[in-house]
Amino acid sequence: MTDRTAAVPRSLPAHRPHATRRIRRAVRAPLKHCLLALCALTMLYPVLWMVASSLRPNNQIFRSAGLAVTHPHLQNYSNGWNAFSQPFSHYMINSAIVVTGAILGNLLACSLAAYAFARLEFRAKRVLFATMLVTIMLPIHVIIVPQYVLYSELGWVNTFLPLIVPKFLATDAFFIFLMVQFIRGIPREIDEAARIDGAGHARIFFHVILPLMIPALATTAIFTFIWTWNDFYTQLIYLTDPDMYTTPLALRTFVDQQTATDWGSVFAMSVVSLVPVFLVFLAGQRFLLRGIATTGGK
Amino acid sequence: MSSINELRRLRGSQRGARQQNKAAFFFLLPWFIGLFGITLGPMLASLYLSFTKYNLLQPPQFSGLDNWTRMLSDERLHKSLQVTFSYVLVSVPLQLAMALGLALLLDRGVRGLAFYRSVFYLPSLIGGSVAIAVLWRAMFGTNGLVNEALAFVGVQGQGWISEPGTALSTLVVLNVWTFGSPMVIFLAGLRQIPTSLYEAASVDGAKHWRQFRSITIPLLTPIIFFNLVLQIIHAFQTFTQAFVVSGGTGGPADSTLFFSLYLYQRGFGHFDMGYASALAWVLLLIVAAFTAVNFWASKYWVFYDD
Repeated sequence: MTDRTAAVPRSLPAHRPHATRRIRRAVRAPLKHCLLALCALTMLYPVLWMVASSLRPNNQIFRSAGLAVTHPHLQNYSNGWNAFSQPFSHYMINSAIVVTGAILGNLLACSLAAYAFARLEFRAKRVLFATMLVTIMLPIHVIIVPQYVLYSELGWVNTFLPLIVPKFLATDAFFIFLMVQFIRGIPREIDEAARIDGAGHARIFFHVILPLMIPALATTAIFTFIWTWNDFYTQLIYLTDPDMYTTPLALRTFVDQQTATDWGSVFAMSVVSLVPVFLVFLAGQRFLLRGIATTGGK
Repeated sequence: MSSINELRRLRGSQRGARQQNKAAFFFLLPWFIGLFGITLGPMLASLYLSFTKYNLLQPPQFSGLDNWTRMLSDERLHKSLQVTFSYVLVSVPLQLAMALGLALLLDRGVRGLAFYRSVFYLPSLIGGSVAIAVLWRAMFGTNGLVNEALAFVGVQGQGWISEPGTALSTLVVLNVWTFGSPMVIFLAGLRQIPTSLYEAASVDGAKHWRQFRSITIPLLTPIIFFNLVLQIIHAFQTFTQAFVVSGGTGGPADSTLFFSLYLYQRGFGHFDMGYASALAWVLLLIVAAFTAVNFWASKYWVFYDD
């Protein structure tokens, strides 16, 4: 590192007068802001346009690229809500059940495994830890066929079990890793102290570590919520009975039926399906960003 | 801390070790069941199934290398490989370039950093959802928003999604749009570069560009590498967007027939489970090979400080 900075020629003096530097900075900052604002607008524009279009009558949607809505056409929402064999809330509730189960499963199973990896010494620990890391990158497609066979043997197809039970078996290894990283940051003295007071590992885990790792648990819960809510692939495979459909599945059949006829209500239900994600994002972005930083930052 | 550890070591670690083994077993029990029961077990099972003919109704019938040799003449498979590779090789570099560019713009004290970061991050949370795929279908359709906008400036548009030549590009655009999550990782990485390095460099007279090339980029290479590995693996598994945009067909003319979509069609459309298992292993081998090459190549360009 030091030789890297030394490689910069020392002979060049910092000779630029302060005035020009200040001017350059004064020009650069607004320029940067314009660029950023433009990017932000471009990024958000499609979503904003979808929200605006969901409030317009069908014959106006593709005529207008603007975002202003003068007379909100709320009928799209009631049309969309009732366009299925069940009201749209039915599918949202199905999604909510799957999401709740997945969150509970991930919180419990991943934190247990993470405690073992972060705090205990046991046989074959390194191999197991490496295996865990590899499974994070394992494509779901590789195991989906035999898994499907297994779950259909168990009679679990068209139930929520294939979407929930694996979470109680810590198959989302990403969260184990996230929690291991977090627990490693908790000073060991704290559990050593509990240990000297005679606490066993179960006590230490539930009464000492778990309360201290609430930020990591929050990150896990939020990510699980968003990923499960948006998940399409596994839900498409395991849920074929329309009554069991979750939000994304309902939405997708809706699009295929309504192509190019009733975009207004399709957009309306798309917006409805994204609302929970937005709310969770707004409430929990602190934890999300921290979570990415701790697992990604090395 | 060291004195406590000393005490423990003196207290005979034999018993402690056995105890920890036992405790670890219980803590890891759910994970073990998951690992062997629904991850590694099925992986091996799918390897076995890849040598069989299996339609879920009758028991699997051993068919030797049939599934594997069939791949050689399966033109849809070749097409799907071509689609997937072009998608990965084009969209991942573009996405990471966007992510890095904006991370650099946002680094070091832009006012409103939190706001911009959230706005840029949001699409990566919803980019994989059906709702956004629906939106894409509407935007890039024949009568879609993009064409309306083009007509406004007097350009005759085309059906971006119904045209085999452009359908895949719309999905590339969608992937680039989700650059937020690698961007956040870049931002975290940039923050770890000590400012003292930049100070020292500017005392030495290094200009902006020089600092960028000699400090920022080398110290960021581990993060670039990390993002590259993750995003490549991620991109190889693209499914939802292609499925929704093409109505499950991979069309037009198989131009959005991603590998995972083809696998789904074989397995769950035609219940051709043996062949689908063989395809699954091909995907695994491709992803593993890409990751291995990435790790191997990292020796030559990733700069590790320690």
